Amino acid sequence: MKWIDKKLIGKQYPDIRFAIEKQRLRFFSKATSQTDPIYFNEEFAKQKGYPSIVAPPTFLTTVGYEKDNPYDFLDELGIEIDRVLSAGQNYIFYNLIFAGDLISMKSRISDIYDKKSGKLQFVEISSEFYNQKTTKVAKSISTLVYR
Amino acid sequence: MYEDIQDLKEDYIFPTSEHAPITRTMLALYAGASGDHNPIHIDIDFAKKAGLTDVIAHGMLIMSMASKSLTDIFSHENIKEIDVKFVSITKIGDRPIFNASVLRKKIHKNKRLLNLKISISDQNGNIKLDGTAKIELSDES
Repeated sequence: MKWIDKKLIGKQYPDIRFAIEKQRLRFFSKATSQTDPIYFNEEFAKQKGYPSIVAPPTFLTTVGYEKDNPYDFLDELGIEIDRVLSAGQNYIFYNLIFAGDLISMKSRISDIYDKKSGKLQFVEISSEFYNQKTTKVAKSISTLVYR
Repeated sequence: MYEDIQDLKEDYIFPTSEHAPITRTMLALYAGASGDHNPIHIDIDFAKKAGLTDVIAHGMLIMSMASKSLTDIFSHENIKEIDVKFVSITKIGDRPIFNASVLRKKIHKNKRLLNLKISISDQNGNIKLDGTAKIELSDES
């Protein structure tokens, strides 16, 4: 059994910037079987009073993958991609996100802990999301389990 | 849909909503759309090497189903928090079923705050995702 280095708690990752595009929102909405047209039809969204297509609540997950190698942080933690699964996800929403927004994501490792005498090790990554007006739109905690 | 949404009471159980059974196509599309290209969700050879019998669904796809069920009931802007744990893996052919109930209701000024218990189970009643959601309703919503 390998132990994840707890000294990594507090480590900050470089900010990610992510331009919210209509096409990507439509693709995500199709892939998650959205039926409300605010998530894929710009004209409909505007009729409802939104500036453009609305990002579904869980779309934020895509922002964290916007890197050349979204899994390189696993190398740094010393864990293999085939031993890691999502254990939990928390989102707190402050403002909606629309096509045309430019989102900045700030992430850090907020906790590393184990259960069952280390058979399961958990890594918590906390993130904050801001739009181009520097309005905080959401925060999240993603928990990964290393099995 | 719920004309009496302002009058939801504690312990109210929402009608369940069923999602489409998990297929390989869904996982491929979700991998592309989300950017989560972890091969454990799309490459059976890789999944087998990882000790699984087949690919498994992305946890976040299952959370997206729960989120979709919530936005079917409530306006998106009324959903303030979703907090879930992925309790067990979801396989090809599993039929995700969304369950929700009102845990607590608080009235604060002109706002009604609902704390919901939410879960996704499969066709055999096995829990896949378990958590809570916070909803804030104002008089006009």
